[in-house]
Amino acid sequence: MRQGTPPMSSRYSFGGDEHLFVECSEAMSLEAFFRSLSVTKAVREARIKGVTEICPANASFQIKFDPDLISAADIQKEVQAIEATAGSSHAGLKTRIIEIPVLYDDPWTHETLLRFRDRHQAPDKTDIEYTAEINGLDGLEGFVKAHSGAPWFVSMVGFVAGLPFLYQMVERRRQIQSPKYLRPRTDTPKLTVGHGGCFGCIYSVRGAGGYQMFGVTPMPIYDPNQKIKYLSDFMCLFNPGDIVKWRPIERPEYDAIAADVETGKFSPVMKSVDFSLEEFNADIDGYNAKLTGTLHGN
Amino acid sequence: MAIKVVKPGLSTTVQDLGRPGYYHIGIPVSGAMDGLALRVANLLVGNSEQAAGLEAAFMGPELQFDADAMVAVTGAELPPKVDGETRETWTSFLVKAGQTLSFAHLKAGARAYIAISGGVDVPVVLGSRSTYTLGALGGFEGRKLAAGDVLPLGAGALVAEGRAVPATLRRGSTPAAELRMMPGLYWHRITDGAQAGFFEDMWKVAPEADRIGYRFRGGRALEFVPREPPFGAGSDPSNIVDACYPYGSIQVPSGTEPIVLHRDAVSGGGYFMIGTVISADMDLIGQLQPHQKVKFTPVDMDGALKARHDQRTLIQAIRAAL
Repeated sequence: MRQGTPPMSSRYSFGGDEHLFVECSEAMSLEAFFRSLSVTKAVREARIKGVTEICPANASFQIKFDPDLISAADIQKEVQAIEATAGSSHAGLKTRIIEIPVLYDDPWTHETLLRFRDRHQAPDKTDIEYTAEINGLDGLEGFVKAHSGAPWFVSMVGFVAGLPFLYQMVERRRQIQSPKYLRPRTDTPKLTVGHGGCFGCIYSVRGAGGYQMFGVTPMPIYDPNQKIKYLSDFMCLFNPGDIVKWRPIERPEYDAIAADVETGKFSPVMKSVDFSLEEFNADIDGYNAKLTGTLHGN
Repeated sequence: MAIKVVKPGLSTTVQDLGRPGYYHIGIPVSGAMDGLALRVANLLVGNSEQAAGLEAAFMGPELQFDADAMVAVTGAELPPKVDGETRETWTSFLVKAGQTLSFAHLKAGARAYIAISGGVDVPVVLGSRSTYTLGALGGFEGRKLAAGDVLPLGAGALVAEGRAVPATLRRGSTPAAELRMMPGLYWHRITDGAQAGFFEDMWKVAPEADRIGYRFRGGRALEFVPREPPFGAGSDPSNIVDACYPYGSIQVPSGTEPIVLHRDAVSGGGYFMIGTVISADMDLIGQLQPHQKVKFTPVDMDGALKARHDQRTLIQAIRAAL
């Protein structure tokens, strides 16, 4: 696979008569993600008549429009003009970093992965053992260190309500990669921390899934009834551009947090941060240490 | 005013015209799969076209009314009965307090729409009463109906009984065997031969056909243009770096069985898409039964817009007729 910055020439296509689809890059990279994020932000601010939904994704985005209000040619022209100015000019981002406690190698995903072993590449290994092996990591300990050591970008929210896709903020050679299950499972525990391709995720609801399963978080990220305090303003926690830091926990702490969520005492650790792609690229480990330091600093 | 669910049917949900605006965080539009049929049912009972009704897939529910209400059933040919006595579809009829609405077996189509004067008055969530079952959101407790549920009704004046849609303007019981699509998105990923073959082949609705999407089988597997997998996409030729899935888009995992995403669409993922069914034909999909034969035909943007215009003309004709 090629290294370095991919050339950025976006590809425009229409998804029927109501969607404009723009692929910033065929390959995933932080640069492609930032382009998707900054162009969609600028399109939102432009308040173009007839635009009904603006959906940033990992390395592409989609704009839904009402063709009775704006023609396909006009929406493409408007977005292209915005892309020319907003494309990559300011690769900075005002965002927040959120700490997510994770119980790795937990009993629930373990029980589930055993039920679907016939759909997996390595039926005699757990998902963590398999992923550690193909990424050259030293067992569970080495895996947890690699997975939770550096923060991750929420590069897209979707598939189902509130599910974040996460992109690991390390050099490409250090990014964990693993294939999806050979055939998707029909069941995945709620709040499973998963991984497919180069993307991590948190399953917001119980259901089908094809990503490798590494653990669970006791911290809900979607609440359609909005009874959980930190989800009372909006039922989904994540937005594209949020930064996630995993914190490995053991079973007693998992149980304690789950109980606190139940009684309304739990609130997630999150801080506002300004992210600079330039500074990040100049010193990835140093910049990440600074970012994650804000979580429990002042 | 309320109705009690005696029997829920196979999969009956509360739906209105949908919940646009939240796709960027994975919440799909939801709403009636045959939106035109729900609009018409509402018009027949004097509701606004946006009112919430019931969508009953393949089998009707049994509902007991605690007050007089005007009812209309459109979409699939699922004959209604009041205390066992048959009523016409596409026609308003009265159900009196204490009476039970039930249904005969499905004769044609897949989804019937039951509008009740005043509308089903479940709470509005993010601007809509539609049910999104995967996210346990909206509708009645975020799920399909179950025996014993009591659905509140809004206040509505009783319009005349026997209001009917002229036969020439009814659509739903004779679903099209043709779905028009606009090639695009990742269409270039398959060979010229595969592109031609996709339109030549006869497809059949697979049993896996629901509100999330309709799967088709029976056509030839698509041949891919060779490539080096882009970073993050995955090694299968049908994989892409996870992207948004338009409502109506046609994904073909591993190139074998096309899936058209519908009202409860998963909003994104890592399978390539060969194009998108045009907006005017999406309602037709909601009336397709498993095993039904379907052909896809290509149209360009002008063709899609013309079909959209025709669809609007039809709604206007129905409004004028009522």
